[in-house]
Amino acid sequence: MASKNDTMGKTFTVIILLCLVCSIIVSGAAVGLKERQEANAALAKQQNILRTANVDLQGRSADVVFAERVRLMTFNRDTEELTEHDSLFALEEALAASSAKDGGERASAAGVRGLRADIPVYVIQGEDNGVASYVIDIRGSGLWGMMYAFLSVDPDGQTIRGINFYEHSETPGLGGEIQNPRWRSNFDGKNAIDSDGNVAIRVRKGAGDNEVDALSGATITSDGVDKTFQFWLSQEAYGAFLMKVREEGAI
Amino acid sequence: MASAKEMKQTLFGPIFANNPIALQILGVCSALAVTAKMENTLVMCIALTFVLVLSNVSISIIRNHIPSSVRIIVQMTIIASLVIVVDQLLKAFAYDIAQELSVFVGLIITNCIVMGRAEAFAMKEGPGMSFLDGLGNALGYSVVLLTVGFFRELFGSGSLFGYQILPLITEGGWYTPIGLLVLPPSAFFIIGGFIWVLRMFRPEQIEAKES
Repeated sequence: MASKNDTMGKTFTVIILLCLVCSIIVSGAAVGLKERQEANAALAKQQNILRTANVDLQGRSADVVFAERVRLMTFNRDTEELTEHDSLFALEEALAASSAKDGGERASAAGVRGLRADIPVYVIQGEDNGVASYVIDIRGSGLWGMMYAFLSVDPDGQTIRGINFYEHSETPGLGGEIQNPRWRSNFDGKNAIDSDGNVAIRVRKGAGDNEVDALSGATITSDGVDKTFQFWLSQEAYGAFLMKVREEGAI
Repeated sequence: MASAKEMKQTLFGPIFANNPIALQILGVCSALAVTAKMENTLVMCIALTFVLVLSNVSISIIRNHIPSSVRIIVQMTIIASLVIVVDQLLKAFAYDIAQELSVFVGLIITNCIVMGRAEAFAMKEGPGMSFLDGLGNALGYSVVLLTVGFFRELFGSGSLFGYQILPLITEGGWYTPIGLLVLPPSAFFIIGGFIWVLRMFRPEQIEAKES
C-alpha cells in the first residue's frame, strides 16, 4: 500500500468522498423506490383482505376490486362507534392518530402491546350492495414472533368464514402450518362468540364442539392462536363490534 | 490484462476447485437460513451475486486510493450501501420474496465471502479480474445454496419452486415429508454431504491430519 495514501488529509478526503457517494446512492434508491414499495405493501394488504373474505377477483387487479367492494371503517373500543374512511391511507392515518395503551390481562396473554382505541373493520359488500362479510384484523404472539391474521365473519356477526395468517415467523412445516388451507378450513362455520357475547371459539388438543384441533408439533403456536382469539373476540375488542352488529343489524 | 487461462481460472475456479462455502467454509449462515425453498434460495443467490460483483468492482476501481488504516471501513461502507440498494429493489419489485427473506438480505453485509473477496482479491487486482472473481465466487456460493435448497424443498415439502412434485400425505398423497429438512440445522448435513462428495472427487482438498 502506497504510503502517500496514509496521510491524515488523504484519509479524510477519501472517507468524506466515499460517504457522500454512498449516501447519494442509498438515499436515491430509498426515495426513488418508496412509492412503489408503499403501493406493493398496500396491494398485498388488499389482496389478503379479499382472499380472507373469499372474494373472487375474476382476473381483475386486487386494488380495483377492493375499491369497489370494500368499505373501510374504524371501530372505537371505548365509545363503540364506527367511523367510515374513504381510503386505506385515511384509515391508517386515523388508526395512527388513535391513542395506544396497554390492553389489560387478556391482551398481554396474547402478546398484544400498544393497543389502540380504534381498530379497523373491513366491510365486504356483496354483488347486491348488502354486507357479505366483515373482515377484522387480529394479531398475537406465536413461538418466534407476532402472527398477524385477517378473520372474516358472516353478516350475522357470529359465524367465522375464513382466516388468513398473512404475516408470521413460525417454523415452516410445524407452526407454519397455521397458513395451511386444510387447517384453516377447520375454522369455517365455527361460532366466534356465543349468544352472551363470550368468546366461543377455542383452539386446543382433542377439539370438541366449536373447537379447532391444535396443530401437532406446534403447541406454543396453537396456544398463541387460541389466546389471540380469546383477546380479540372478547368484549374488550372485536367482540363488542360483533355484538353491535348482532343487535343493530348490518351496517 | 490477464491471459485467457487466468481469467477462466478466476471465473470457474471458485465453483468446485476453490468453493467459498465447501472449501473455505465461509458464508454458511445464509446457506442455513434461506434454503428451505428454491425460490427464496434463487433470489438470495441473485442478491449476493449483485452485491459481490459490484463491491469487488467498485473496491478494485478505488483500491489505489484507499488508505490502509481505514480500508476495512471503506469496504464495509461500500458493501453496506450495495446491500441497502438490493433490499430496496427487492421490496419494490419482489415484495413477497422480500418479506420472506426479511433480515437475511441485510445480513449479506456480514457475509464473509463478500468481505473476504474484497480484502483478498479486489484490493490487489484490476476491475476486470475483480469482476470475474466476484462472479466466480457468487457462482460457487449459488451452486452450494441451490443444491441445499433442492434437497430441502424436495424432501422437506415435496415441492420444487412451489410446484408439488411428491404429493404430501396431509394433502391426500403418499409422501410423508421429512420435518427436519425444513429446519435450518438440516442444511448442515447437506453441506457436509456436499463437501464429502466434492472431496471424493478432489482428494487434494482434504486437509492434512493434525498430529
